[in-house]
Amino acid sequence: MSQTPKILNESPSQTAGPYVHIGCTPNFSGIDGIYAEDPGSRMVNDETLGERISIKGCVYDGNAAPLADALIEIWQADAAGFYASREESRGLTDPDFGGWGRSPADMETGDFVFETIKPGIVPYPDGRPQAPHITFWIVARGINTGLHTRMYFDDEAAANAVDPILSSIEHRQRVKTLIANRESEAVFRFDIHLQGDHETVFFDM
Amino acid sequence: MSTEDRPLGGYIPRDRDWQPVACAPAYKTSITRSPQQALLSFPTTLSEDSGPVFGHSIIGPLDSNLLQNYAGEGAIAMGPRILIYGQVRDQAGKAVPDALIEVWQANASGRYRHQKDTYIAPLDPNFGGCGRCFTDARGYYEFRSVQPGAYPWPNSENSWRPAHIHFSLFGPAFAQRLITQMYFEGDPLIWKCPIVTAIPSREGVESLIARLDLDATLPMDSIAYRFDITLRGRQQTYFENRAEGL
Repeated sequence: MSQTPKILNESPSQTAGPYVHIGCTPNFSGIDGIYAEDPGSRMVNDETLGERISIKGCVYDGNAAPLADALIEIWQADAAGFYASREESRGLTDPDFGGWGRSPADMETGDFVFETIKPGIVPYPDGRPQAPHITFWIVARGINTGLHTRMYFDDEAAANAVDPILSSIEHRQRVKTLIANRESEAVFRFDIHLQGDHETVFFDM
Repeated sequence: MSTEDRPLGGYIPRDRDWQPVACAPAYKTSITRSPQQALLSFPTTLSEDSGPVFGHSIIGPLDSNLLQNYAGEGAIAMGPRILIYGQVRDQAGKAVPDALIEVWQANASGRYRHQKDTYIAPLDPNFGGCGRCFTDARGYYEFRSVQPGAYPWPNSENSWRPAHIHFSLFGPAFAQRLITQMYFEGDPLIWKCPIVTAIPSREGVESLIARLDLDATLPMDSIAYRFDITLRGRQQTYFENRAEGL
């Protein structure tokens, strides 16, 4: 007999608060001697395939003030477009790339930085290519549910123009909030605005 | 590919009427840190259905024992000894094994070991306040710690956080990424806290309150609380629905 299964409610989110570093980046917060290193602090090694890039940015509140207590995580495919995940069934992932990074905002300036590689192309569920992108997740004091978004690359204009997610943004002037700018040869700048004229497009997916 | 491994649908969208509101004015910091524009809705793609895999080798033997993981030789953290345990499952009720859980908390006096915490209550030299573990094959986890204290915080002149432990969880998909807080049964401060009451329903708040579990206590050692956590689950695929109906 057909029966609708009971779907449980997801546990409600709560803010990460101002002391998220204690649990997520204890060494950064000065608690050493428990974990050898902070998770997600090192994304690449000498063997990792792909173009080395730095992603630098800052999260700003509605008063354009930097968040000096945010925690930012990223998740991305490897240079060939494969995810180092149990979900990946298309091919073998670069064994020297885990795809996940975590950066605490600087406690004074709010700056975050990731040393990673530029990801490859990942398919949309219908098979169309998605432009190279990196998933971002932002938590901080005052953010009740972690914010998902994506970073795309300004040197991928052709791919960005046909990307299914970017194409679905109704207010076209907001698309640029998801596109990082190559600041120098290996550095991309990606600032995140929680509110205001430049409010980043956040996702509900 | 076995039947167990075959691709399922994307993830069930977050229920925004169940989750806390983004802008909860009584929680003042949320006013300037909550998005004002509508969120962009789309079905999850491989970028959200996938998620990082953590090797169990990152976990040390004392990582889930906050009583001892920062304590000096032969010393133990100060405060009421507690055992926190529970199951992590998805919205279909299926256990989530190998989920990385990270926790952090104030000490028994309500003070965090953090350079920005200036509360007058003292630090405990033997308490760091962080821990982590993986869920087992049945989705269960367990931490040993001390009961954290309540503490005042600069929201209004007389704002007190109920005793709580922060939880960070990774399921197999990055779409499931969750940070939440666990509260303790019977704490009268829970219902007065604007961070808690950003959650719209009483039922939602109650799902974050750990229950005293005398059957799980460690006799003459630690009192036990049970806290189950539900991560987002996958949509049923059309194929699955039809198969069930046949």
